[in-house]
This record gives sequence, C-alpha cells and structure tokens, in this order.
Amino acid sequence: MTPTTTRGWDEFMEGIWRQNPVFVMVLGMCPTLAVTVSAENALSMGISTALVLIASCGLVSMMRDITPKEVRIAVYIVIIATFVTVVDYAIQAISLALYDALGAFIQLIVVNCIILGRAEAHAAKNPPLPAMINAAGMGAGFTIGLLALGVVREILGAGTLFGVSLFGAGFQPWVIMVLPPGGFFVLGSWLLLFAAVERRKQRKLAEQGEVGQNV
Amino acid sequence: MSETAFQIFVNALLANNFVLAMFLGLCPFLGVSGKLDTAFPMGVATTFVMLVASLCAYGLNLLLSAFHLEFLRLISYIVIIASAVQLVEMVLKKYSPGLFRALGIYLPLITTNCAVLGVALFQTAREYDFIQSMTFSFGGGAGFTLALVLMASVRERLQLSNVPDVAQGTALSLMLAGILSLSFMGFAGLGG
Amino acid sequence: MSADAPPTPAVQTTPTVAMIRTLGLVSAICGLIIVGAYQSTFDAVAANKRIATERAVFKVIPAAKSIAEFVALPTGGVQKVGAGDTAAGAVKFFAAYDEKGQLAGIAAEGAARGYADTVRIMFGYSPDCQCIVGLGVVSMRETPGIGDKILTDKEFLANFVKLDARLNADLSALAHEVKTVKHGTKTNPWQIDAIAGATITSRAVGKAINDAAQVLLPKVVPQLETLKAKS
Repeated sequence: MTPTTTRGWDEFMEGIWRQNPVFVMVLGMCPTLAVTVSAENALSMGISTALVLIASCGLVSMMRDITPKEVRIAVYIVIIATFVTVVDYAIQAISLALYDALGAFIQLIVVNCIILGRAEAHAAKNPPLPAMINAAGMGAGFTIGLLALGVVREILGAGTLFGVSLFGAGFQPWVIMVLPPGGFFVLGSWLLLFAAVERRKQRKLAEQGEVGQNV
Repeated sequence: MSETAFQIFVNALLANNFVLAMFLGLCPFLGVSGKLDTAFPMGVATTFVMLVASLCAYGLNLLLSAFHLEFLRLISYIVIIASAVQLVEMVLKKYSPGLFRALGIYLPLITTNCAVLGVALFQTAREYDFIQSMTFSFGGGAGFTLALVLMASVRERLQLSNVPDVAQGTALSLMLAGILSLSFMGFAGLGG
Repeated sequence: MSADAPPTPAVQTTPTVAMIRTLGLVSAICGLIIVGAYQSTFDAVAANKRIATERAVFKVIPAAKSIAEFVALPTGGVQKVGAGDTAAGAVKFFAAYDEKGQLAGIAAEGAARGYADTVRIMFGYSPDCQCIVGLGVVSMRETPGIGDKILTDKEFLANFVKLDARLNADLSALAHEVKTVKHGTKTNPWQIDAIAGATITSRAVGKAINDAAQVLLPKVVPQLETLKAKS
C-alpha cells in the first residue's frame, strides 16, 4: 500500500472503530434509538445519514476557503438541510412504506450532531477528498451502530431478521424490545459489552507489563 | 379529527413524552442531566425556545402553503429555529441579564436539539391549528423538562451508590432511561 | 448579525460583503439542488402515492379495480378532485369501480385516539348492502402484540365483512351508530366485537368509522347516481 491509500484507509476506519459515533462518541442518539425497531429501518436510516454526511462534508470542504468564520454555522446548516431535503424526496420516490416507517426522523437528520460536528471539526479544515473519505467512515460507523441495535431488537422483539421469520410460529416475541424502553436497554447493553471488553484488554496489557517487569 | 387541547397536552407531556417515548432531544437529555440545578434551567430554556419556534413555524407554514413552496419547509424551519435561538439570546441579554446568565450557555445547544425541530415538523404533519400547536409545544417542552429533572434526580442519587465501574457513565444512564421509559409507558391511554 | 457586533479592531477582517457573498452563493446552490431534487422525483413520488392509495382502497373494497378521488362538499353534493377549487370543510373519499366500470363501493379515511396515539383507518362502504365491507389501517402506534391485532385478528376482521351502516329515513345520519362492544357481546349487525385485551384500540376503530361515516355517508349516498357514471 502506498502511503496515501494507507492514510485514506485510516481516515475511513477511524469513524468505524476508534471514533464510532454510536458506541464511542454516543452522538446522534435520537434516530439511533427511534428507528432501530427493525434491521431494515436501521439500515436505511444509516445509509441516508451517511449520504447526507458525505455530500454535506464534500460541499462544506469545497467552500471552506470562501466561508467567513462568522457565518460558518449558518452555511453548514443550510447545506445540511439541503441534502436532507434531497434524501427525503429520494426516499419518497423509492418507497413510501419505508418513508412512513422512518417518519419524521428523516427530516430530523438535519439536527443530527454527527453531521454538524464532522462539518465543523473535519470538513472545514481539509480538502474535499479526505473530508469525504472521513465522512464515509463516520457514516459507515453510524450505519454499523444502527444495524447492531436494529438486528438485536428485531430478533428479540419480533423474531424476524430483515422481515424473515427466524424461529417459526412457536416464538413468543419479546415485545418490549421494539417498544421505546427496549431501545434504551439494548444500547445500554452494547455499551456495557464494549466497556467490559475494553477493561479486559487493559487488564491484560497491565498484566503483560507486570510480567515484562518481573523478567 | 380534532383533539382537544387538553388531550394534546397530556399526550405530549406523559403518554408520548418527547424524550422517553419519541426519542427526541436525547443528546441534552444524556448530556445535561447530571445535576439537578442545570437540568431545570435547561428544560425551561428549551421549552421557551420550543414555544417561539412553534409560533414561527406555524406562521411560516401558512406562508409556504400559500405559495406552494412545501419543498422549502425543512430548510426554512431550521433557519428560523436557529434565528429564533439567536433572537431569544439577544433579547434575554438585553432585558434580563440574570436569566441570561442562568440559561445563556444552553441556548446555542438548543439549535441542534431535535425536540425543537421535532415540534415544528410534527405540528405540521398532524395539521394542528394555532391553539393545538401552542399546546403541543408547551406540553412537549414540559415533558422534556420533566424527563430531564427526573433523570437528574436519579443520577444525583447514583453518585452516592456503589456502581460496578464497567457500568459507569453512559451505559448506566441509558439503562436508567430505559426504566424511566418503561414507567412512562404506564401513562399510555391516559389521553383517551 | 454583523450589525449588532461591537466594533472590533483589526482582528476581525472579514468584510460584510464576503459574508453576504458566501451566504448568497450557498443559498443559490442549495436552492438549485432542492428544486432539482423536487422536480426530478416529483413524478415518481406522485406515482408511488397513487399506487399506495389504490392498494389501500383495493384492500377494503375487494371487487375494486380502479379508483377516482372525490370530495363531498359541506353544502351537499360531490365533486371530483381536480375539477375547480375545493371548498373548505370538504371531506375526501374515493369511489372504486370494478372491472366492468360499475361502482363497487366508496372508501374513506377516519381517525380516532387509540391507546398510544391516533389510529388512522380506511374503510370500504358498499352501497348495495349499505354496509361496511372492509377495514384497513393507515397508520398507528399501538402496542405490538396487543393493539396491533386489529391488523391480524381474524375474529375482529370478520366484523367488517358486513357491518351495518344503513342511513335513517331522512338520510341525515346513520340509522344505528357503529359501536364497539366488549368482546363476545356483539348482538346487532352494526356492532363491532372488540378484541379481548385490546378494547381501547378496537373502540378507536369503531369511533373512527362512526365519526367518518356519520359525516360522509349522508352527503354521499344521495349522490350515488353521479358516482356511478365513471368519467
């Protein structure tokens, strides 16, 4: 790999793993919890957000040299709202059922802190290509986070995955999982799991360090 | 279909609480609910902005519908909310410096609070009239404040208890929010 | 914004012109993008909406093959949507025709408060038997596994195969109010047998049908001849 591709890859992976917007930064919670009642909704929401993120970051980055500091937030918000409107109409054109399932949360992508945060922290300081790669990584990370929730909630709450029944008729769905409290519980559990893994890793590192010292 | 103002209010406050049932405004809910003395002003500030935004959005929607410009709705709502926040900030600064000091730091945060945009979008989608819109936004704001204050009081208590350190931080807050949300489900059917 | 800012010394170098230029440029670009997106998706969205409406109407009127959209005017009389301005207070409904072009029934939406939120339904009315022949749910947020049984519960849906919705003698209201009764206590053809355990949602369905039918049917039934002529 050439250095530039490595760097691009790092930029991309940062959003997926080290700075995952859902699990690490805990940003953009509203859509995360609201639409993840099924894997399909989660995936569509993730992709929509990612598209808005990439397009907005691209445009913000292109305009970064002519954007005065005083009006930058206004510029970002207008740009983001534009692309959200575009995605909103695109989804209506693709599938009305999906549009109804996601409801107002498509339009609420505008106020998703991930997008404004990325525009401000990254896209405004970098040329378009890296900005868009970084945005794509963040978008992918967000989508993965949403899917992790959507899959768990759909399997437990409805006994299906992407609408395909998994357990047959005998399964008694765990309805609470597709209700609002379920969203909080599942995300909380994921975060607990990540924290536990992280701690174990640290302990192992510490142990290795001790062993190294003893020898 | 006409809901009475009281039904709308009770619904937005309890049964369909903005935070706990509709997942609007979670970022400040998780971020600012650490302490009771910040949670309450935040709630009040948000409610205030919601009322202003709802008022503006109602007028704006009339205008947009009159000219058949519905496709500009989202972009004009967000701009008007951002301006409303700015305006509230300036007015407070000039006429009530005390209140401004108490609420000031929260005001910019409110622009990206999806509960505010949510109020504007929902009242449009449900075709509420003027009174209904105002009640809805007031109920929503009160519900947001209620959830924030409840959460803050629980979290203040938790600081004194012995929690396994894996569970500290956001994970624990989410579990708490889940339990609160569960109890708010008991209010369903109240507005019927 | 810049007008309110206190006069700052040379630190702030951005001239007002630059701000206005950028904001203007951004608005222009964004305006173009939005209008472009709106225009290019307009046909697809309209087609999708029409298909969705047709599907919903076909579901509640089994014999239907095509539909036309009408409004019932508050002053009495019906009008095809698109022909002139619609008066305020007009009620929208759909006339459905079978494959021979005969009037198969009319469908309309109704709404009432359910357990969690408003339940929006669509019902089909057949002029031949003067009864409601189908029920569809447009949107609801009822508890999965309890309230949403109104979609699947066979016993409940059996209520809407032939639900009496006759008008009274002077055609001013329904002869019998459509009413939801407790599970297992249905005795009359105009009553709806509630789902056990989901009475509130069932009641919302009954109320939604009743409220809509009381308003719509007295206006539409005298005009059935106009509707039969499929234009």
